[in-house]
Order: sequence, then structure tokens, then C-alpha cells
Amino acid sequence: MEASFGVSSAAAANAVNSPALSPPSLPFIRSEARPISWRVDKSRKAGKITTKAVAAQAENPASAASKPGHEVLLFEALREGLEEEMERDPRVCIFGEDVGHYGGSYKVSKGLADKYGDLRVLDTPIAENSFTGMAVGAAMTGLRPVVEGMNMGFLLLAFNQISDNCGMLHYTSGGQFTIPTVIRGPGGVGRQLGAEHSQRLESYFQSIPGIQMVACSTPYNAKGLMKAAIRSENPVVLFEHVLLYNLKERIPDEEYVVSLEEAEMVRPGEHVTILTYSRMRYHVMQAAKTLVNKGYDPEVIDIRSLKPFDLYTIGNSIKKTHKVLIVEECMRTGGIGASLTAAINENFNDYLDAPIVCLSSQDVPTPYAGTLEEWTVVQPGQIVTAVEQLCR
Amino acid sequence: MAKIIHNPLVLSSSRSAEKSESCCKLSGPTSFMSSKFLGNKLLSTNSATSPATRRSAAVVAVSSDVVKEKKLKSSSSLANLLITKEEGLVLYEDMILGRAFEDMCAQMYYRGKMFGFVHLYNGQEAVSTGFIKLLKQEDCVVSTYRDHVHALSKGVPARQVMSELFGKTTGCCRGQGGSMHMFSKEHNVLGGFAFIGEGIPVATGAAFTSKYKREVLKEDCDEVTLAFFGDGTCNNGQFFECLNMAALWKLPIVFVVENNLWAIGMSHLRSTSDPQIWKKGPAFGMPGVHVDGMDVLKVREVAQEAIGRARRGEGPTLVECETYRFRGHSLADPDELRDPAEKAHYATRDPITSLKKYLFENNLANEAELKAIDKKIDEIIEDSVEFADESPVPARNQLLENVFADPRGFGIGPDGKYRCEDPKFTQGTAQV
Repeated sequence: MEASFGVSSAAAANAVNSPALSPPSLPFIRSEARPISWRVDKSRKAGKITTKAVAAQAENPASAASKPGHEVLLFEALREGLEEEMERDPRVCIFGEDVGHYGGSYKVSKGLADKYGDLRVLDTPIAENSFTGMAVGAAMTGLRPVVEGMNMGFLLLAFNQISDNCGMLHYTSGGQFTIPTVIRGPGGVGRQLGAEHSQRLESYFQSIPGIQMVACSTPYNAKGLMKAAIRSENPVVLFEHVLLYNLKERIPDEEYVVSLEEAEMVRPGEHVTILTYSRMRYHVMQAAKTLVNKGYDPEVIDIRSLKPFDLYTIGNSIKKTHKVLIVEECMRTGGIGASLTAAINENFNDYLDAPIVCLSSQDVPTPYAGTLEEWTVVQPGQIVTAVEQLCR
Repeated sequence: MAKIIHNPLVLSSSRSAEKSESCCKLSGPTSFMSSKFLGNKLLSTNSATSPATRRSAAVVAVSSDVVKEKKLKSSSSLANLLITKEEGLVLYEDMILGRAFEDMCAQMYYRGKMFGFVHLYNGQEAVSTGFIKLLKQEDCVVSTYRDHVHALSKGVPARQVMSELFGKTTGCCRGQGGSMHMFSKEHNVLGGFAFIGEGIPVATGAAFTSKYKREVLKEDCDEVTLAFFGDGTCNNGQFFECLNMAALWKLPIVFVVENNLWAIGMSHLRSTSDPQIWKKGPAFGMPGVHVDGMDVLKVREVAQEAIGRARRGEGPTLVECETYRFRGHSLADPDELRDPAEKAHYATRDPITSLKKYLFENNLANEAELKAIDKKIDEIIEDSVEFADESPVPARNQLLENVFADPRGFGIGPDGKYRCEDPKFTQGTAQV
């Protein structure tokens, strides 16, 4: 799969919110170079980003040695992020099934139990609701737990705790208790994993007030989002994708976090705004190759922040292209795409030349058979067709 | 009349495999319900695990003794007394506070000052007082929707609780929680939960933090957590999952079951295959204890041992308190289902009356002293109502404030600014 990344020059550093520890200033790299302060001047330029529409060529060893940074696979990037945060703050701990001795079923926490012990990397019994609730209680009393759902689908059993306690307790306690938990795990449609292991929980969680949801898609943003999520005082759900763990990319050696609330400009363009996230980003980029060959100039944005939406980046794009295509893996009904469509219609209706097109997965339980599974999710061919129709 | 208990909890992980039969004389559901036939007995468990893997297998449970007193010596020597005068007055005051507060809640509810679901604790005061008065401020308490008195016992001022119930901004949760969500960071009351069972994992997590602080952060920490919940909760998955984890990791927690025999209108006996909840402790490798929850001194003695165990790092305990609520499940419950004879029976075992009697009979306090406490509490309650009445309701600007600890969580608006930077945000009228 292609790895594309948007890297900007390090913006002026500003210490990230952190209660007890005062971290050294570190580069807070955003998708577009702008100062960290919350005041954003409206004249942001898109020009400073370095993006690639297609993958970098396979590196030859000679050139690799001279390039900055180091190559990692996505799951290793997640681990790096986790490890750095655990090193930085002794209150950060991991709860989950097989996260310790087994190293995580996708190897995200490999080696961490050896380094930090069985209490910091806690192998839990199979009791999602209870260990997620335990993470809430631990967070309320000062720890910063990272909860792993072995598959995001399993977190349906933890819905009670995620909704009522993670999301709501800060508010119901009148602001007295914070719940700085991270809930993460692989979700999405894999390769013939069957319906229950192929779920997209972002649809179900998106209404829960009080949580943030982000989805990583590259090793670069995976590490950055992991670190940002752990440092955030809010409960954050970090969606990873089963099929993206082996993506390879060169990431910086120096420490960085990415913004939880910002979208990522993947490929600037003029003709159409394509909004996507997670695995569908790669289907979009594959379609983009075809589209470019056909003379189209799509702007591809990885929304990354599923809740809340970065309406600034999205809005700026729409004001330029006047056409929107959403490509997502959620089901048609009630997915992120549905919410995004509503939000765009509400906020940017005047700028649209055509109705928003939303390509989602079929409203079916993901079948096991390979052919059927292929037809449930959006394929690059459909994306090409949709853009052609939109840009007629 | 409180009966002195000998050897309330004898627990030893090195005890060899003793297989003692239960010499329980229960003859069936009705007798359990009325507790008439529960005498002092040893109830121990037989662990099926091999000695090598056994944790604290041998358990001795304390039972209640509610047989009408024979000639119990009122002139017991001071050495036999379970409490000092000071302790006695503290316990009395706390129970009176709980009772008077709840009675006032009922009044205020029917006068339209508080709303929604309000669940009162009348009759169960011995459990809250018996346990919570043994705690330090740093210890944590987790409760259910029947949480007013737990909060009060833990030290949350009556004013703050009453204000919260009135939905005023001076409430302990700024009016945002309500009756079922009492929280106090200062007094380590971790809620107040509306769904039964959902607080137990939170309590388990708080206990985990205590262990983590000690073992990972190397802090001097012996904080314990108490989780209070009812008989209905004991059939819920989260209960069992947490018993397992707490015993597995020897967490400093006490699971306190307030078995008042009724889950709204569902009798405990109709919903539970084995109604003896204390037995579920040993199944998970922790002691299970049954105690007369209408007797604050018995509860206190058991609590002392259980909390002590937790503090010493010996792990969790499951304590089943047989208690009763004098009012309905909530103020909306007409309470027509329970047998009047049952209610009458437990009314004679009012924990406050029992303690009063104990104090008098052992010359620990006199009528005047207790009346003074009654008066003091009345004044506190009156004051709390006045305070709540005069407090302001939350203003619009409070609406969006505590949704996120970091309000950037509301995201970036179309103008490029974070939503929380919008001036309307602090007014509570921003689009988010």
C-alpha cells in the first residue's frame, strides 16, 4: 500500500497541555504550518505542505542512509508513540487482553511488559466492560490508562462504560473528575474476517458527548495521534485499521505530536474535495492516480478527526472546489459520512455546486466470502466513477 | 440490641485445606428473609484448588443474630464495649444526619423542589455509617443511585448535597449530576451511578490506582476503596467480572452489598439462584462475609477487618449486609408490593433505635446529649435547605463548560478558530 504523508516544517513550539509534568517544548507539527496559539489567522496558506500523491519509490539502501528519520511499520509507530509516552509519564499504563506477555495481538505493545512490568502493561481477563470501567476509575484517581480493544468490535461490550462513564463523568461530576483515557484498537473491514470482526464502531460512538474520536492512517499520524491522545485530558478513541498495520513509512527521529482536531491535507487539488479517513484513504489515492491520468485534479483530505470534524480545513477546500465526495468505510446508515454530509450541508451549503456524494459500505453484515466482502466496501473504481459524475 | 461478635473474620492464606461443613440452619427462603433462624455460625468454604495455588481459601463468615435478646447484660464492663463514647456519638450523629436528610428530601420532593428519580436510604444508615466512618479522606467511596447518605458520611457538606438535589449551581456537581450522581473530588466520592453495576469497575479502577501508586510509583499509599451496591447488582456481569479482577490482583477494595431484599419490585429471592450473596466471594478467592446490616456496631466490626485487610495489601473482601429500606425504591415507587409484616419486622430493627439503646444501656450517652445532636442535625438540614433555596440556578454559560476537560475537544469551526474560542461558547450559546 502506498504511504503518503504531509509533513510541514515544525511550527513554533508551545508546550502541550500537561498537568503535572512540564515537558520540554517539542515540535508540534500540524498539517499546515501555522503557529500553535489558538488564534489562527485566516490567511493560512496551503503552500507549505509537502505531500505526495503517490508513494515514494522503493528506496535503495544508499539513499536511505542519507535520509532523515527512520522507517517503521504502522504498528511499530504506534508502539513508539506508546513507549515514548510511558517513558515520559509514569502514570501512563495499558489495559487490555494479551497486551502484556503476548505483546498485543497486533504487536503494538510488544516488549513493553518486559520493560515496564505487569502492572503498567496489564493483561486483563476477558471482561471489556469491566476493564474499561476500571480504566475510568483509574483515570479519575490519577492514572492515564490506554485501553486496547483487541478488536474494536469487542468494545461493544464496553459501550456502557464508554458512553456513560468515559464520555459523561466529567460533566456529571461538574468538572471535578477528568477521564484522560485512550481507547484504541483495530477495527474496519479486514480480509474475510467475518461480520463481527469487521465492524466500524465510529458510527456507534459518534453521538457520545464528551469523547473525541480520531482515526490514524499512516505511520506518521499514527504515532502522532497516539501521543496526542495520551496527553489529552479528554477521553479519546483512536481507531486503527486491521489492514494498515504493515504500512511502511519514514518518520522523524525527533519527537512530535499531531493535532487531534485537525484534518490532514493529503493531496491539494482544484476540481473536487474528497473527504476520507483510515483505509479508504488508500482506495481514494489509488482512484486519484486514475483520475489524474484522466485529467482530473482531486483534492484529498484525510479528515482524521472523526469527532469533532475539522470544518476549517474541510470548509476551505469546499470553498475552492464546490464539490464534495465522501468516501468512508462506515455503513450508509448513520455513519461518519452521514454526519459529515449533514455538517457540510449546514455550514457550506452556499458553496456547493452539486449535492454531496457519499460513498459508504453497504448496510449489510460483512460477509465472509471474498467476492461479497469486496462488494460491501467502496472500491477505487466506484470512486473514479463518482468523481467523473460529480465533475460533469 | 447489638451482640458482641467474637472472631468476626479469621482469614489466613496459609490455612491448610480444612473442609468444614456449613452449619447453617437456614430452612428456606422465608427464614432467610426474616433472619429468624440465623444464629452465630461458622461458614467456611472448601477450595477446590490445589494447596499450591490456593489464595485465602478458608473463610469464616459472621452472621447476624437477630433473635430477640434474652437477658443481655447491660452492665458489661468497659473492656467489652465495641466503641468509646466519642465513637458512639460520631456514629449516632452520622446516622441521624443521614435519616434527617433523607426525610427532608422526601418533603422537598413533594413540594416540587427536587425532581426526577430520588432514591432514599432510610433504614440502611448502619451500612454507610458503619463502613465510611472508618475511612480516611483519601480513601474512595463508589456508590449507586442511592448515594446521598454515602456522600454525607464521607464528609460532603449537606449544603452541597441538597443544592445538587435542587439543581443549583452550588451543588457538589454544579447541578449537573443530580440525585444519582453525587461526586466529590475533595472527599473522594467517585459517584453516584444511575445504572447498577457500572460503578463497580470504577471502584476497582480506583483500587488499582492505589496498588499502582504503591508498586509502580513507589509512593506511600494504602488507600482503600469501598464499592456499595445492592442485591440486584449481584446478578450483574460487571459484579462478577470485578470480583475476579480484584481477587486476581489483590486490589485494596471492599465490595459492600447492601442487600435490602428488593430491586424495585423484584424480590431478591425471585431473581437469584443462590440468594446467599456472601458465598460468591469465596468462589472468586476472597472472603465472603454476611453481617446484620441493621446493626451499626456489627457492621463496623466487620468493616474494620475488611478495610484492614485491604490496607495491609491482603486483597478484597465481599461483605453482604442484610439491611432494609423503609421507603420505596424511589419517591416515585408506591411501595405496594412488599409485605407489611416484613416492613414492620424491620422497623423494629431500626439501626438508630438500636444504637441509641446500646448507648444508653452501656452508659455511653444520655438522653440530653443525643437530643442535642438531634437538634444540631436539624439545624444543619434546615440550613442546607435554606442554602439550596437561595442558591442560583445554573446560568446558560454553564451548559458547555464541563463537557470536555480540554474544550478544544469541540473542534475547529469553519472560521478556523476552535469552537471554545467563540465568545458565545462561554455564554453557552455557541454552535458546537
